[in-house]
Amino acid sequence: MHPVLKLVVQRIALGLVLLLIISVVIFLGVEALPGDTAQAILGQSATPQALENLRAEMGLDQPALTRYFHWLGGILTGDLGTALTNKADIAKSIGSKLGNTLFLAGSAAVIAVPLAILLGTIAARYAGRWPDKLISAITLTTISLPEFVAAYFVIFFLTQVFPIFQPVSLVLPGMGFWEKLHAIALPVIVLVMVVLAHMMRMTRAAILNVMQSAYIETAELKGLTPMQVVWRHAFPNAIAPVVSVVMLNLAYLVVGVVVVEVVFSYNALGKYLVDHVTKRDLPVVQAVGLIFAAVYIFLNMAADIIGILSNPRLRHPK
Amino acid sequence: MRIPISALIGLTLTGMFLFVAIFAQWLAPYAVGDSSGAQWEGMSATHWLGTDTIGRDILSRLIFGAQITIFVALASSILSFSLGAFLGFTAAVQGGWIDQGLSRLVDLVMAVPSLIIALVVLTIMSPNLIVLILIMGLLDSTRVFRLSRAVAADIAVMDYVEAARLRGEKGTWVIFREILPNALSPLVAEFGLRFIFAVLFISTLSFLGLGIQPPLTDWGGMLQENKIGITQGKSAALLPAFAILSLAISVNLVADWILTRTSSLKGGRGG
Repeated sequence: MHPVLKLVVQRIALGLVLLLIISVVIFLGVEALPGDTAQAILGQSATPQALENLRAEMGLDQPALTRYFHWLGGILTGDLGTALTNKADIAKSIGSKLGNTLFLAGSAAVIAVPLAILLGTIAARYAGRWPDKLISAITLTTISLPEFVAAYFVIFFLTQVFPIFQPVSLVLPGMGFWEKLHAIALPVIVLVMVVLAHMMRMTRAAILNVMQSAYIETAELKGLTPMQVVWRHAFPNAIAPVVSVVMLNLAYLVVGVVVVEVVFSYNALGKYLVDHVTKRDLPVVQAVGLIFAAVYIFLNMAADIIGILSNPRLRHPK
Repeated sequence: MRIPISALIGLTLTGMFLFVAIFAQWLAPYAVGDSSGAQWEGMSATHWLGTDTIGRDILSRLIFGAQITIFVALASSILSFSLGAFLGFTAAVQGGWIDQGLSRLVDLVMAVPSLIIALVVLTIMSPNLIVLILIMGLLDSTRVFRLSRAVAADIAVMDYVEAARLRGEKGTWVIFREILPNALSPLVAEFGLRFIFAVLFISTLSFLGLGIQPPLTDWGGMLQENKIGITQGKSAALLPAFAILSLAISVNLVADWILTRTSSLKGGRGG
């Protein structure tokens, strides 16, 4: 087998094993926590009869391993079980919410990624001078902001000081694409703010790292303009680290989206998750938690695989 | 020694926050749950920063919020730090299956976002202070583990560590007397960053209603209670957000300074 292919297959296998172990942790780890699961869900005032019913419903009277494999088998066939609170089919409830979450995160990514690369390149071109310092100062501020704090600053400025948007992102099934886009403008701005800083700083660092190579000096000495040097010679060689940073930040977006959805009451997966943590609805939390974990693991895996593929030393083995 | 102006600002503000947190009971003009005014009063002599959505003094709640936020964040970062550093050093010094086992375990925990793990755990456990500190501390110790293992692995191959081993010192001696003193400066800067991370983490959990529970309050919880005010144009509702931001930035400035100082001590660019 080609060595690159072998590395990629290994990485995919590792990702799958990781996902399997995580599913065990999410399902069985919860039961290893101190205290009785049924008691924790129903609270201290639950009657013994109610506890007994819940145990039977959740199958807590059966061995843990049997239940785990039953749960895993269900998930692999698209059956995520039923919610404790309203007996709804979890897979059905998730359907449209997953789409909404991907729409939000995707829109944020489409704006944040090119912007981060552009700003990072500008900062690297003018390293140590005022454009670099200005960009660094702004990104240092946004990097210290948790999502919900950034969100409320944005809400205050764009709905109160300059009333352009609505503070709640209501997306209905009948809405057109542009209407939906306008509805999610605020959460998208917040998510872009939160991931932009980190992506931009890593792009800058990656390009500056390449700028120290001998061929950059050659390019400078043969009389290319600084921007030509950066775009033609430095950037192509910095692509691998930049792409892997982009992937890692998309993975980070997966978490940011949970909080931002709650802030804007956006009807999607993250808000669904948090609502059901509050209601102590364990089956929903386990199913949605596994989905978030799977997306996160997949994006990290993609970052590694792109890193492998873009490494010329691995592509052309001797 | 010249302290740069940014670090000076950071040190002053961090010191101020710590002072307020320690002496909250004496500094706060009102009790934490005291509805001493009308809804959304403006700034006045009796309520310096106005009142919140149910008429409680915002300044007092900010002061008590500082105490809880800083206490929980400090406790969890001390936990993550001592645990992560100890295990990281042990892994680097002992090597072999201890290193392999711990490293794979950390890889596993870090393969899932901390917030998702915390949410799953908080479905079953009630969020009292001890549970919150334990969850945050344990989850974050993975990051400290990776750093301290890397730092210690560099030190463990030095001649003086070799010398200590050859004269028959035990593992604990090597960890505490040879490696720890030499790993201290990068770890101190990391402590600042872990502390900020803990502040943001507890604020996020409280904001989601899963962190600090009433009658106690922290900044994240305050923002959540008063969020309706923000959409009504009450700028006082943004004060907890400013508090979180300024604490995070000031600790960041101090950590940055420590980091540049220690790397310049090592000989700077050439090394």
